[in-house]
Amino acid sequence: MNIHEYQAKELLQTYGVPVPIGSVAFNATQAGQAAEEIGGSRWVVKAQIHAGGRGKAGGVKVVDNLDDVRKAADTMIGTRLVTHQTGPEGSVVQRVWIEQASSIQKEFYLGFVIDRGTQRITLIGSSEGGMDIEEVANKTPEKIITEVIDPAIGLRDFQCRKVATAIGLKGKLMPQAVKVMKAIYRCMRDKDALQAEINPLAVVGSNDGEKLMVLDAKFNFDDNALYRQKTITEMRDLAEEDPKEVEASGHGLNYIALDGNIGCIVNGAGLAMASLDAITLHGGQPANFLDVGGGASPEKVTNACRIVLEDPNVKCILVNIFAGINRCDWIAKGLIQACESLKIQVPLIVRLAGTNVDEGRKILAESGLAFITAENLDAAAAKAVAIVKE
Amino acid sequence: MSVFVNKHSKVIFQGFTGEHATFHAQDAMSIGTNVVGGVTPGKGGTTHLGLPVFDTVAEAVAATGADVSAVFVPPPFNVDALMEAIDAGIKVAITIADGIPIYDMIRLQRYRIGKDAIIIGPNTPGIITPGECKVGIMPSHIYKKGNIGIVSRSGTLNYEATEQMADLGLGITTSVGIGGDPVNGTDFVTVLRAFEEDPETEVVVMIGEIGGPQEVAAARWAKENMSKPLIGFVAGVAAPPGRRMGHAGAIISSEADTASAKMDAMEKLGHFVARNPAHIGETVLRAMKERGIAVK
Repeated sequence: MNIHEYQAKELLQTYGVPVPIGSVAFNATQAGQAAEEIGGSRWVVKAQIHAGGRGKAGGVKVVDNLDDVRKAADTMIGTRLVTHQTGPEGSVVQRVWIEQASSIQKEFYLGFVIDRGTQRITLIGSSEGGMDIEEVANKTPEKIITEVIDPAIGLRDFQCRKVATAIGLKGKLMPQAVKVMKAIYRCMRDKDALQAEINPLAVVGSNDGEKLMVLDAKFNFDDNALYRQKTITEMRDLAEEDPKEVEASGHGLNYIALDGNIGCIVNGAGLAMASLDAITLHGGQPANFLDVGGGASPEKVTNACRIVLEDPNVKCILVNIFAGINRCDWIAKGLIQACESLKIQVPLIVRLAGTNVDEGRKILAESGLAFITAENLDAAAAKAVAIVKE
Repeated sequence: MSVFVNKHSKVIFQGFTGEHATFHAQDAMSIGTNVVGGVTPGKGGTTHLGLPVFDTVAEAVAATGADVSAVFVPPPFNVDALMEAIDAGIKVAITIADGIPIYDMIRLQRYRIGKDAIIIGPNTPGIITPGECKVGIMPSHIYKKGNIGIVSRSGTLNYEATEQMADLGLGITTSVGIGGDPVNGTDFVTVLRAFEEDPETEVVVMIGEIGGPQEVAAARWAKENMSKPLIGFVAGVAAPPGRRMGHAGAIISSEADTASAKMDAMEKLGHFVARNPAHIGETVLRAMKERGIAVK
């Protein structure tokens, strides 16, 4: 689960991490009031969507009067912002974050990720703040330092000092850097975050000298741990998620929309991916990924068919079930129920295997409905592709 | 022979009296698995399926000599149950659950250091040595005895590959599902090493998917350390980047994470690769013919 930048900043602030003074606004009037309350003479208006790359797409504006704050907010709210992370369909801006503009002297990068090699959290630091970190890693890997964190011992001060020195946070800034790194780690661990990215962490000029400040923050949380993270769960913004994916997950289905025209209903994530691969290898294009999971009841199968068919591009549905804890007879009954209740017009190509396969096939054959059956994955994919190419 | 579990394994079920554990314990026993009892805290002293129930794993181990545990405990309590199994001296613990918080797994991996236990899973169908021992939820009837070791991240794709092989008369020694989570108890290399050391396993099939460096690391290890042929397949050629494809671990975050990049790397290292998920069985057969290995 992702959260907005402003939510990440508010969260970090509770851990003592310095962030600019700011406020969220849902319309131009609120934006003006927010800027007035924040005070100062320069503000940054930032569109709040879950994707990065907002600056280049026009989602970040620095302004120096209240009229321009309102204008910037008015332009952004309701617009579809297209960045390299949103995909071509973009994401509609529902709210903006107004904050006091900082006088930035230098920018750094801090990231905390779960490293799959060591199976531990790794702190990544770089002197190249404000840049795309993947690009930095590819072009100038020497500008990146990593430090693996032992979960039983936690992030130690000396590790933070090591990272700070390597990226150039020296002298008076070093103790601040140590404090910031440790606080972010603590926040991440407490809240079951999979990823925390601070880009940039900036040195800003203030009345009392140079100061470190988090100017942008991105968090991603473990869906499997949301049951114990009430405050994080409350930050969920469903408007940022694909409504069909949200609906599917409500039915215990894992659905991801794709661009093709062959609908897919499969059990198990691996087999579902392999089914998309088989379709692609036969020259077809899958319309979606859908994992019905284990214990697929007739209701679940019906819901799966309905969600897949909501995509107007779908010309046929490939059902590929290899039953372990599932049962082919339940799937077959579910498909018949779906055909009858949804009045399905597109061809259904069905491949059943595993637990109770003979009963499942018998139920389909005796239904009198026009299922196209296939003995194996290859035949099923070939038949589906042949149908859409007719 | 086989890896991790066999006819001598003494199996207990943690969360024994639950619905799923009951069903799968019965199924395991029906193929000859030596289930010796189970654990459900609060129900110690009773019997279930004609077997003793204990409050703790330590008591179960002391009374039955159990060395393998099937952990059928819900995700919020699963890692605690795994730690209890390790603490009680269980040698192989298999955890089926999908949905364990990743920090719990990170802590488990730390807790395990210096302790001699194999953890299979989470988010796996489990492990099966046909005709001897099944600890998991896979459809046992598709697994026939033979000389091929199979290891996979995905459950249903493991079934798919197994059936393709069975249709060609190819059987297996042991099937190990390491699971679809990004932090898991056993990696590919551990399983490959066990297959390499197992005298009955003559061929090894490794089925991976998008996300993470595991498959390539294992393929590299195999080139240096394995005498037996390795056949690989990686699911997700058609997967878009940045999207989590069902499994928590299946997400493309860099070029090296893609299915094609992984299969290219495997091929470059000299392993057999099935580029089409429907051709895993025939690729195994071709590898066996090329290497002069008898079909069993």
